[in-house]
Order: sequence, then structure tokens, then C-alpha cells
Amino acid sequence: MSKVYIALQDNEESHYIVEAIEEDNPDVTVIYQPAMIRIECEGHMVIKRETVEEKMGRDWEIPALHVNLITLGGNVDEDDDQLSLTWNN
Amino acid sequence: MSNKKLNMKDKYRLLTRDLEWEFSYRDRKEIFPQEDFEGIKITDWSKWEDPFRLTMDSYWKYQAEKEKKLYAIFDAFSQNNGQQNVTDARYVNAIKLFLTGVSPLEYQAYSGFAHVGRQFGGVGARVACQMQSLDELRHVQTQIHAMSHYNKHFDGFQDFAHMHDRVWYLSVPKSFFDDARSAGPFEFMVAIGFSFEYVLTNLLFVPFMSGAAYNGDMATVTFGFSAQSDEARHMTLGLEIIKFLLEQHEDNVPIVQRWINKWLWRGYRVLTLVAMMMDYMLPNKVMSWQESFEVYFEEAASSLFKDLARYGIEMPPYAADAIAEKEHLSHQAWSIFYNYGHAAAFHTWMPTAQEMDWLSEKYPNTFDKYYRPRFEKWREMEEAGERYYNPTLPMLCQTCQIPMGFTDMENPTMTSYRQSVYDGERYNFCSNGCKDIFDHEPEKYVQSWMPVHQIFQGNCGGPEMEDVLGDYYRINLGVDNLDFKGSPDEARWNGWHNLQSAEDKLKKAS
Ligand SMILES: [Fe+2]
Ligand SMILES: [Fe+2]
Ligand SMILES: [Zn+2]
Repeated sequence: MSKVYIALQDNEESHYIVEAIEEDNPDVTVIYQPAMIRIECEGHMVIKRETVEEKMGRDWEIPALHVNLITLGGNVDEDDDQLSLTWNN
Repeated sequence: MSNKKLNMKDKYRLLTRDLEWEFSYRDRKEIFPQEDFEGIKITDWSKWEDPFRLTMDSYWKYQAEKEKKLYAIFDAFSQNNGQQNVTDARYVNAIKLFLTGVSPLEYQAYSGFAHVGRQFGGVGARVACQMQSLDELRHVQTQIHAMSHYNKHFDGFQDFAHMHDRVWYLSVPKSFFDDARSAGPFEFMVAIGFSFEYVLTNLLFVPFMSGAAYNGDMATVTFGFSAQSDEARHMTLGLEIIKFLLEQHEDNVPIVQRWINKWLWRGYRVLTLVAMMMDYMLPNKVMSWQESFEVYFEEAASSLFKDLARYGIEMPPYAADAIAEKEHLSHQAWSIFYNYGHAAAFHTWMPTAQEMDWLSEKYPNTFDKYYRPRFEKWREMEEAGERYYNPTLPMLCQTCQIPMGFTDMENPTMTSYRQSVYDGERYNFCSNGCKDIFDHEPEKYVQSWMPVHQIFQGNCGGPEMEDVLGDYYRINLGVDNLDFKGSPDEARWNGWHNLQSAEDKLKKAS
């Protein structure tokens, strides 16, 4: 299985997103580097709007992810409720 | 009409459908004249899907938010005299190289995507390319803004656009993009959208920007990561175009494979500059070139090519050559620039003893064996007041335009050297990748504007070094070039810091 990954700018808002990702994807590895946070996982990872909203305690929509996004790896699928990354191998 | 009730997918469908119409009085071929000549077959553009399904309203909303954050940090950086708080003034030379070598590529990307955003017959692809084109324009503008602050305090920033078009080493990134933009629209998308954005920009932006953060340069980190936030979308577009082309027709597979091979190698050669920025130009180091190459190239590319295997796409043969060079690349590149430090618009230097120890630790198989002895010799010469500058002009690779300084990986002390003869003339190459690229399209690459040939032909200001470097390149001689030691940049930096410590003493005394 290949690793999908996402990297976010290290800031207040991203910390909630990382918490949500960890909750929805128990197998992720979170790596802190200067100014950035890299999250990787075998095969598949999902970011759910509902979980992020719960962590932030306010409304949040998936395209807002782009504000803090640095890079990602994997095939992307996005709709109103979630963004997922997948490698089919 | 209430937008609130529509979900993202519906909004995206409306956006693209409303921009497409049937052509009633013109032939499709007249409207999209560049769609066929590369041999790519498209049977159904409606199969194109943008995974982000970005609509204009959310595009403007989030881009505006990014800009607000970015400019707040630029203001804070200049108000706090951020230029004084970077690790040391040598670091700023990496930023000079970025502004002269990389930022103009953002402008080229803007222009290239605007062009292909008109040429494709499918509306989804056109919309995605147009948005990317706007992003790229934003990148070049924000980078110039960010670095204009450094221009007030350091040398070498003042003429970046002029230099990009003329200076010998800047022809490496410039000719890469010129090559892509003078190709057809599908090749441009594979070159830039896929090979550059998807496979390589991570190496350009991610570890280097994290390094900027580690060296106290918040302005650069912020423009870098702000640009990267668009890059995630560009990467997805790059992957999408590849999958789309491969799914459209089996005849596309070998064409796409050849483009991938070519552009991965072309892009990797441009990243030589980034390799040396990471290992030699960042005083505080986050990770070595080799380490970032392993994460962002070897690991990432192997996942990607496994995913593309079902279409019959294979890892390019030159990937093995790139992997074989990872323990050598940055040292060879820095040696070239140290040699030609009089002809560069930024300062060069020999690493300190401590920095050499870091290099030995990170490159246990190569640094002490091949590079340390040479570097220590240069340092000795420098201490004896005879800093080494190479007075000759280097021979360049006809494809990548880098001086022929790479060595054979089987025998790392021998220069790697390939040749081809075309139309009675002999051409030189640094590698199998560069030679194969030339051999496939010699009529294109014989026309390359080769900086050293141009000097010899008398097209660069005159016969003397000063004519070329000073008048033609507009390097401010004795100020922008030569070693960091003894430069006005160094003197200014020392001035600021003594001044600060004197102020501190006064404060403490009172
Ligand atoms: Fe860009
Ligand atoms: Fe881009
Ligand atoms: Zn070459």
C-alpha cells in the first residue's frame, strides 16, 4: 500500500483540522516540521466537515481547507461533506 | 435563483455547462486549432472532471482570504525589520536566487496556462487552466512584493527580470519553461501540470520553505506556503489531465509516456539549484537534499507510478539516474557556483568547519571521499588571500544548459559526457536523459539560446568579462557578485548587529 499525505501550515486553525483527521483516521502518522504539519496514512485518508466543525465549535466548509493547505498526495475526491485521498495500489 | 440550495457538484456543473455552447457557424477545428497536431486523441471532453469542483464564488472568497493573511505578515515583517532577524546574511542569497530564477517561472506559468486555457476543446479543462493562470499571476506578484523588502537592504535583487532573460545560470530555469511553452497544449500540460506541479514542486517549495521558517524568514515562508495552497489544486489538475488523456484513447499512452520521461528529467535538472540552496545556502538546516528527495521524489513518485501502472505507464527510465545522483548533486552544483562566483548575481562561500561536519554526517558515502578535500583546499587558498575563481567559460549541456560538471555515477570523479552529431555539428550533453531529449527533437534544441555560445559570438555586450557581466547582465560588479566574505552585504549586516548590541548595552545600563 502507498501512503497518501496532506501537509498543512502550522497554525491555530490547522490544529483543529489535524485533531479531526486523527479522530476519523486512527492510523495516521502526524509529523511536525518547521512551520508545517505533515499527516500521512497507508492507502486512504478522509477529512470530514462535521468532525472539523465539532473540533472548531463553529461552521466550516471543505473549500476552507485550501487556505491552510500546503500539499497533498493521492487521488482527490471532494464534495460538500468530505475530502478524501486515495491510492488504488 | 438561490445558490444556497445547490450543492458543490451542482454549482460546478452549472458553472461549466453555462460556459459551453454549440458552434453553429464556425468549424470546431478553426476554434481549437491546436488540439490535433500532437497526435493526442480526445473522444469525449465531457468525461473531464475536476475533483475540487471549484466555483468562481468560492475561488474569489478563499483567494481573498489567503491574500489578507499574506499581506498582514508582509507588513509585520517590514515593520519589525525582519531582514535583521534572519539567521545570517548568507541566507538572503538563497532568496536572490529564488527571485531571479524561480519567480519569473511563475509568470511563465501564468502565461502558459492562459494560453492552453483557450486551446482545449473541453470547458472543464479550460476553466481549471484559467483559474490556475490567475493563481500563477498571484504567485509572481506576491513573490516580488515579499522580496521588494529585501531589495531595500541587500544587493542583487534590483534587476531580476532583466537578469532572468540573460544571465548564464538563469537560462537553466528560463529555457525549461520556454521549452514547455513552445510545445503543444497537451505537452505543456504534461510538462508543467503533471511533471512540474505534481511530481516536482513539492521539492521546490515544501522543504525549502520549511527551511526559510527555520532561518527566521517569515515573509518567504508565508509567500511560499500561500503559493503552495494553490499548488495542491494545480497538482490535482496535473494528475487529472494525465488520467484523462490515458483513459481517452490507447494511442495516447506512448505519447504521454515519452512526455513524462522527458519532463521529469528536464524538471529534475532545474531542481539542481534547489539541491544546493538546501544543503549550502540555508544556515539552519531542516533536512538535507537527499532526505527531501527521498520523501518527495522517491516515495511520492513510486506511489504515483504504481497508481498509473494500470494504464500501462511506467516509471521513467531516468528516475534511476536521478536517484543515483542524490548523494552528489548539491555538492557538484555548489562547486560550479563557487568556481564561477565572480559571474553570479549572488554571493558564494565555502561552508564553515561546522557546516562541513553536517555535510559529512548527512552524506557519509560521498562528502568526505569526494568533496571535502577539494573544499578544504579552496578554503586554504582563500585564507592565503587567493580565493579561487575559474577564469574560463564552461561548456554547457545543449538540453538543460547546466555547465558540464556532473560526474559519472559509476565513476564519480569522471565528468559525465555525451555527444550527438546533427546536421554536421557536434552537441554536448550532461546525461543520457538530456541526450535522448535532444535526439528526439534536434530541430528544436539546436535553436537554444546558449549563454556561453552567445558570449563567444559577441552577442552579449562585448569581449571582456566586464562587458558581459556588468553591461549586459547588469550585475553590479564588486557588489552583487564575488564571495560573501568582504561583500557590502556582509559589512551592512555586521553594522546592524553591532549597532543593536550597542543599543542593548545602553538599555541595560539605564
Ligand atoms: Fe505557482
Ligand atoms: Fe502552480
Ligand atoms: Zn543536461
